[in-house]
Amino acid sequence: MAQTTVVESYTGPSPQELARKHGLGAAGRLPSLPEYTREIWSYRHFIWEFAGAKVAASLGTTRLGMIWQVLTPLFNAGVYYVIFGVLLNTKHGVNNFIPYLCTGVFIFGYTQSVVQAGVQAISGNLGLIRALHFPRASLPLSITLVEARNMIASMAVLVTIVLVTGEPLTWEWLLLVPALILQTIFNAGFAMLVGRLGSTLHDLRQLIPFIMRVWMYSSAVLYPVTQFTAHLHGWKLALVEANPMLVYIELMRHALMENVTLAGTPMRLWTLAIFWAIVMGIGGYAYFWRGEKGYGRG
Amino acid sequence: MADEERVPTVIAHNAHIIYRIHGSVSAAQNSPVSSFKRLVTRTKSAAVREVHAVKGVSFVAYKGEAIGLIGTNGSGKSTLLRAIAGLLPVEPGGAIYAAGQPSLLGVNAALMNDLSGERNVTLGCLAMGMTPAEVKAQVQDIIEFSGINERGDFSSLPMRTYSSGMGARLRFAIAAAKKHDVLLIDEALATGDAKFRKRSEQRVRDLREEAGTVFLVSHSEQSIRDTCERSIWLESGVIKADGPTEDVMKEYESYVKK
Repeated sequence: MAQTTVVESYTGPSPQELARKHGLGAAGRLPSLPEYTREIWSYRHFIWEFAGAKVAASLGTTRLGMIWQVLTPLFNAGVYYVIFGVLLNTKHGVNNFIPYLCTGVFIFGYTQSVVQAGVQAISGNLGLIRALHFPRASLPLSITLVEARNMIASMAVLVTIVLVTGEPLTWEWLLLVPALILQTIFNAGFAMLVGRLGSTLHDLRQLIPFIMRVWMYSSAVLYPVTQFTAHLHGWKLALVEANPMLVYIELMRHALMENVTLAGTPMRLWTLAIFWAIVMGIGGYAYFWRGEKGYGRG
Repeated sequence: MADEERVPTVIAHNAHIIYRIHGSVSAAQNSPVSSFKRLVTRTKSAAVREVHAVKGVSFVAYKGEAIGLIGTNGSGKSTLLRAIAGLLPVEPGGAIYAAGQPSLLGVNAALMNDLSGERNVTLGCLAMGMTPAEVKAQVQDIIEFSGINERGDFSSLPMRTYSSGMGARLRFAIAAAKKHDVLLIDEALATGDAKFRKRSEQRVRDLREEAGTVFLVSHSEQSIRDTCERSIWLESGVIKADGPTEDVMKEYESYVKK
């Protein structure tokens, strides 16, 4: 074997020609968007396993383990019940305030936890990113998957609360499935958006809690949406009513509860929900893909 | 073997790599007041420093070669590996071309410490693009190769309970389970005990025979001598010598002893 070639003696075609001839790619080349999508599809098992691993790792050291997936939303609802239902006895003119409140808290909590975890999707997994090659979008996607699984447990709790507080079970309940699917697409796009932002903008993690709190107050989570229509006018009202979180929360209330005053007609809400899912889903994905080769550097 | 028949797997052409390090400021510069001053005066360069780690490196690596990278600490060896893996950008004007997707295997490559070794094997294999069926077939082999079960059933314990050697062995075993066009190994062999080192050196030879190229960064002259027939000596980011390991080693040793 010609093992002893010294590079200096190399006189052949130029490096570029040689690379092209043997089909070598430049290290760190960005794949095209369809190529990237195919790659992610072939990594679907990894995404699934990574999501499972994340849950196992986070609950592995607790004594109750997986039971926390149900306990966490239950405690969450309990806190709000004690404060708003027992201590303050808030009604705000809503017939059945507890399920109204819990729906808001749970639906908002879904996106909130995706954002909080998503901002660290890249920066928290640098070891994995530097060691192994896989499409990086797998990370925010599996974070969304983790929260989607948690959300299924939360929904079981929420449905119980809604039924116990006297809401009837109707065919409209089936609408919760498409509503959750749209919100999940929105969340996945959002996780990819903040994932890329968080990979370079480390200060973002400090700001997220404040951003989310402002967002929560403008999404009619803790008080009925009629407060907005009563106090806001013109562009401010239009802005608040286009808020994707408000839309998803209202859709869920529409699906689960009778006699609620919504922020808009169901038609308008569904249109907005689909719009936001598409814009955030595709926008976040494309934005994340553009930065693919930059993750793990620095 | 004639030159035409040799298939290049990695081509580096005048590769310059410059690190930009953020936040490398002294404690005095990191006070709130000075941070604010930087923001106001827009002198962000205070926190960004440039390190020119690799300066115009050119070489061609061929299929079936094992190449040792040697050099003193901080000479740019690991940086070069990371650039070949596509994790660091090469400055415009130069380029690194590689076959397939080179895999970098380093000692700092962390898997998930709260998970069991076995689960990490599954995760790592899936992350390398194996199908679940392939993973299932290989998990036991990988664990056996890593030897972590030699002292009881460690594969079902979380990785944080492993010794550093065990962790490194498992990571090597995972990365070596897949056939790579280009495998980049950064000091990974140095952490194992003598028995594991022997096994892993054998695995490196096997990988090479499967028509891959292996790059090995190590400070253990013995493991380079045993596994690589070609070596590249990097010093301050410049190639000092490139050729048969014996010749390069001699030059390197006389340089180090000076």
